[in-house]
Amino acid sequence: MARRSKSALVGRRLLQAAPSVVGIIIVTFLLTRALPGDPAVYFAGPAADENSIAQIRASLGLDRPLHEQFIFYVGDLLQGDLGKSLSTGQPVLDEILSRLPASLELTLLALIFSIAVALPLGVLAATRPNSWIDQLCRIVTTAGVSLPTFFTGLFLVYVFYYLLGLAPAPMGRLNIAFLPPDPVTGFFTIDALLAGDLETFWAAIGQLILPAITLGLFTLAPIARMTRGAMLQALGSEFIRTARAAGLPRRKVVLTYGLGNAVLPVVTTLGMVFSFMLGSNVLVEKVFAWPGIGSYAIEALVASDYAAVQGFVLTMAILFVVVNLAIDIVYTMIDPRVGIEG
Amino acid sequence: MNRIETTAPALEEAVSSAAEPPPEKQSSAWSQFVYVATQNPLTLVAFGMFALIVVVAIFGPMLAPYSPLASDSANALKPPSWDHWFGTDNLGRDVFSRVLVATRLDLLISVIAVAISFVIGGALGALAGYYGGWWDRIVGRMVDTIMAFPLFVLAMGIVAAAGNTVENIVYATAIINLPFYARVARAEVNIRRDSPYVLAARLSGNAGWRVLAFHIFPNALPPMMVQISLNMGWAILNAAGLSFIGLGVQPPTAEWGIMVAEGANFIVSGEWWLALFPGAALMLAVFTFNLMGDGLRDLVDPQRRT
Repeated sequence: MARRSKSALVGRRLLQAAPSVVGIIIVTFLLTRALPGDPAVYFAGPAADENSIAQIRASLGLDRPLHEQFIFYVGDLLQGDLGKSLSTGQPVLDEILSRLPASLELTLLALIFSIAVALPLGVLAATRPNSWIDQLCRIVTTAGVSLPTFFTGLFLVYVFYYLLGLAPAPMGRLNIAFLPPDPVTGFFTIDALLAGDLETFWAAIGQLILPAITLGLFTLAPIARMTRGAMLQALGSEFIRTARAAGLPRRKVVLTYGLGNAVLPVVTTLGMVFSFMLGSNVLVEKVFAWPGIGSYAIEALVASDYAAVQGFVLTMAILFVVVNLAIDIVYTMIDPRVGIEG
Repeated sequence: MNRIETTAPALEEAVSSAAEPPPEKQSSAWSQFVYVATQNPLTLVAFGMFALIVVVAIFGPMLAPYSPLASDSANALKPPSWDHWFGTDNLGRDVFSRVLVATRLDLLISVIAVAISFVIGGALGALAGYYGGWWDRIVGRMVDTIMAFPLFVLAMGIVAAAGNTVENIVYATAIINLPFYARVARAEVNIRRDSPYVLAARLSGNAGWRVLAFHIFPNALPPMMVQISLNMGWAILNAAGLSFIGLGVQPPTAEWGIMVAEGANFIVSGEWWLALFPGAALMLAVFTFNLMGDGLRDLVDPQRRT
């Protein structure tokens, strides 16, 4: 019974994502149309006359009314056509897909890092209010959101590359001395492991560590703050008092009952954290010359390559919707209360 | 206006609470401010730093010992010294002067952006919260659509589409901040919509917009002020991030984000002062606004203190 209503809830959540996707497509379409330049003039080249420009405009469908253009745009999107990059002439979708693994590998490692630090920090701060670790948590959460990602990144490069010489040069995913492993997942670390090439694996990890920490430090603050708040609330509730009164070991009270109940609001925060991450990704990729979609977007911006920028915005937004959807579904699955009353 | 059907005691209460102006509000708010400031010295520090930032923003160009644009190739890339407190950059420009002068531009961008999103977001949210129905649905859908994007990415897209200028940085930052104000305003107006003093104001024959603008909105202001302060830091970060990737402010203008970007090339060869000082200034400004926001929240809403 409860199981069925849970799947119904998940189905309803999937439907709720539809308006977001429609909204995203409309906004990206409008952004494309608001461009200051005329793509037809660009495609026609410098030697074109009025006639050929008009011809190209017609062939691109730019002479049609806006709503017709929108239908064409949606049709192209459904066929996976994001247009061609003006600077490279390649389909935007192919370029984004080939660079996506680099960004995802970085983002996921950063997420793992920040959860691994923030969760224990928040729990310890909540179980020992006003202790030094609580103060540390407070400082970290306030400082964390104040740190410009690009600044943290440069600072880490200066300390660990220039001063200490521990980290490799901030130049992309792999030192030129190494060949990228055979692409299976697109993640260099996993591909290297699959190929059994430990040396490449460590080289890839070495390149990843600083950018991942930079990105992770920025997202650490909201997770730690939320964990602390949720833990405080959970530990203050009656069932914890009951568990304590029943003489359960402290470990079980805090971790099983306290954290088990506090983890739900934390999961909800992850959606917002991801929004930050996808944005700061761009900045971190620029600092570390990381060949992901963030650097792709910056190159496109510099070259006024609008198709590429719009493709990037659309990809990021869809990614964000998917992540939010996944988080909500996980939330529905792990919350025992959902689906019982409804 | 069928919402006015209320029972007599409720009306009486409505009229009496409306007729009772809180005369001591000013002084109690002040004493609460003093209390919060002394309880949490960090808040006091934040207000002090805020004052400092404002002074630098206004008088920065006068305080700067050198011109922010004057290059001196004989003195390029010199580390901090008595003559140049923050050292000189690759063109021999004084980093200290540039950091000081940049304060005004950075602050101006984010203040204007936050003001725009406060006015438009606040108005839309208030209408949605007061009238409900279609207003609520349209504003809600709009806010959801903006929030469906990773916000920094949306700002990049807007600037790319609208053109690479400083004004567009301001508009983009305003648009991505709009949802927060719309949400706060909607929630704050909604909970006050049927409160006794609002009913009293409506009964005395005020038009809907009048009730909203002069009776509800002033009461919804404090939580929105907190939002402004918490948001300012974020707006500064955002604008600096955009100029860091080469959007908006163009060289040789002194601006923190672009100065960090220019200094980034020299980090790997050890010239740290080019990027460190503008980055630290940026950090300090954001930190100040965040601390102040936390302090203001304690002032406005003691229950949410953590």
